[in-house]
Amino acid sequence: MEKTKDYRLYLAFVVFFLILLPVGNLLGFVSTNTISLWGRYFCFAIVALGVDLIWGYTGILSMCQAFFFCLGGYAVAMHIVSAGAAASGGSGVPDFMTWNQVDTLPFFWVPFQSFGLAILLGLLIPAAFAFVFGYFIFRSRIKGVYMAIITQALALAMWLLFLRNETMLGGTNGLTDFKNLLGLSLSSGNVKLGMYVLSLLVLCGAYFLSKKLVGSKFGKVLQAIRDSESRTSYTAYRVLDYKLAIFMISALLAALAGMLYAPQTGIITPGRMDVKASVEMVMWVALGGRGKLKGAILGALTVNFLYSICTSLFPDSWLFILGFLFVITVLYFDKGFLGALEMLGAKFRKNKPAARPVAETETLQS
Amino acid sequence: MLLSVQDLSVSFGGVHALNLSHFTLRDKELRVIIGPNGAGKSTFLDILCGKTKPDSGKVLFNETPVLGKTEVEIANLGIGRKFQKPSVFPSLTVYDNMLLAFKMKKSILASLFFKPTEEIDTRIREVAVKVGLITELKKVAGELSHGQKQWLEIAIVVLQDPKLMLIDEPAAGMSDEETEKTGELLMQLARHHGIIVIEHDMKFVEQIAKELVTVLVRGKLLVEGSFDEIRNDQRVIDSYLGRANVQLENF
Repeated sequence: MEKTKDYRLYLAFVVFFLILLPVGNLLGFVSTNTISLWGRYFCFAIVALGVDLIWGYTGILSMCQAFFFCLGGYAVAMHIVSAGAAASGGSGVPDFMTWNQVDTLPFFWVPFQSFGLAILLGLLIPAAFAFVFGYFIFRSRIKGVYMAIITQALALAMWLLFLRNETMLGGTNGLTDFKNLLGLSLSSGNVKLGMYVLSLLVLCGAYFLSKKLVGSKFGKVLQAIRDSESRTSYTAYRVLDYKLAIFMISALLAALAGMLYAPQTGIITPGRMDVKASVEMVMWVALGGRGKLKGAILGALTVNFLYSICTSLFPDSWLFILGFLFVITVLYFDKGFLGALEMLGAKFRKNKPAARPVAETETLQS
Repeated sequence: MLLSVQDLSVSFGGVHALNLSHFTLRDKELRVIIGPNGAGKSTFLDILCGKTKPDSGKVLFNETPVLGKTEVEIANLGIGRKFQKPSVFPSLTVYDNMLLAFKMKKSILASLFFKPTEEIDTRIREVAVKVGLITELKKVAGELSHGQKQWLEIAIVVLQDPKLMLIDEPAAGMSDEETEKTGELLMQLARHHGIIVIEHDMKFVEQIAKELVTVLVRGKLLVEGSFDEIRNDQRVIDSYLGRANVQLENF
């Protein structure tokens, strides 16, 4: 029964987002702006999946997901900017560098001129970062709130680094002025629709892969680590390996999302990787329903949708609304929107009262 | 010898927690360690399973040195540990708890591509029957009673198929009936595994101590002997008396 319900949900999701919205856009009912907005929400949902894997399932609170997101975003942005500069003739040096009296392309920009290398590096660099950083953190058995603090410190340090003009990544202004990607004009409506569909497909792929991962014995080991790390290692699992693997996977998901995000937004700045951005990502998952993949997606989509609505209706009060939502969720729906929806559904049908909270409180006590 | 320990010593902040000159365990022997609070019993097991690093000493397990190895390496050598406070995975089902414990390759790739087999399933059900959890397999472990959690943890240790089981206060918080069942289970397990049990409950010790009992006091080995010898040993009575231990009345 649970399965058929799932399939109905997937079907509804696909019909609405993959058929109704794009067709509506082609027929002129749905504005390109809306399409490109939702395309970006899908990117956030991909990040949220990664956050849920590492925090919801493994219990490691990583506060630097936005940094990984930006590594992906910057990689694609660097390709678009450097390829654009090369195509326009001249020295091939992007405009913002010329204004800073730089007349040769810095060495680390060179590989990004090739699209394939840019994509590869956009995934490889975050993964390598997660590996090295994670290795030292997890080997020193840093856990819980200390993990959150140290990853936040990393995010802050990287944000400061990217802010500097000397880093040659555009400083505070970031990278912008994107024209073409692989010869396709990024301002055209059809390309925007294409990016939307691509983001949606990647989200679906990421969801099913994550679902497989969580359902496998690997996923059970992750939950075991969350429940009792010491028991897991006395049961002969090398906890360090598993933590590293999931940290890298979540970094990869974030980077992938960043790659899809940058071309759709037309700009990537260090503002996307500050501490607040990472906290928000964790918040999407907390609000949507931690420990459930669907909850992560639901959270990322609803919070960002609400953000768009609220900032246009009541520009000053968005943070209050978000804070209010967060408090309500923590107080009354510890399983997030998804848990609240399930509870409502159960009440509506009235055949089965929600008898689940027992497990939750027990878990907290032990 | 399954296990031989020499001059093991560890101190926490200047206090000698353990100073064990000599300890040996035969293969398939069930040994009970008793002693007043703070005698170093749990510390001893902590060292054996890699949780605590000793200051000095030598521990040989099947002629292999144990000290300096990580928890995982020690577990792979064949030493399994049950903790005093039940330590299971509360959000997983009882079946998954046992599946994770089952002795198999435990690398990331092996876990990713793991396919359940009949052999594993049969073995898990077999152990579940033994510990009386066969009807609870689908339940989430966090919902089990305290006694059931204790048994689940014993099942986890059994499924790792260790040569040596370190069992810390298995009967704590159990009813008399549950305690007796636990005792029977341990004696049954002792036919195939070496077992070290720490226990306070003297009735329980009497039930399971068919071989040697070791008494630790203030980190030192006080005396080793059969349960009857220990019961009548004046030094043992004194050491419990000196601490006004409530267990005295059972002696």
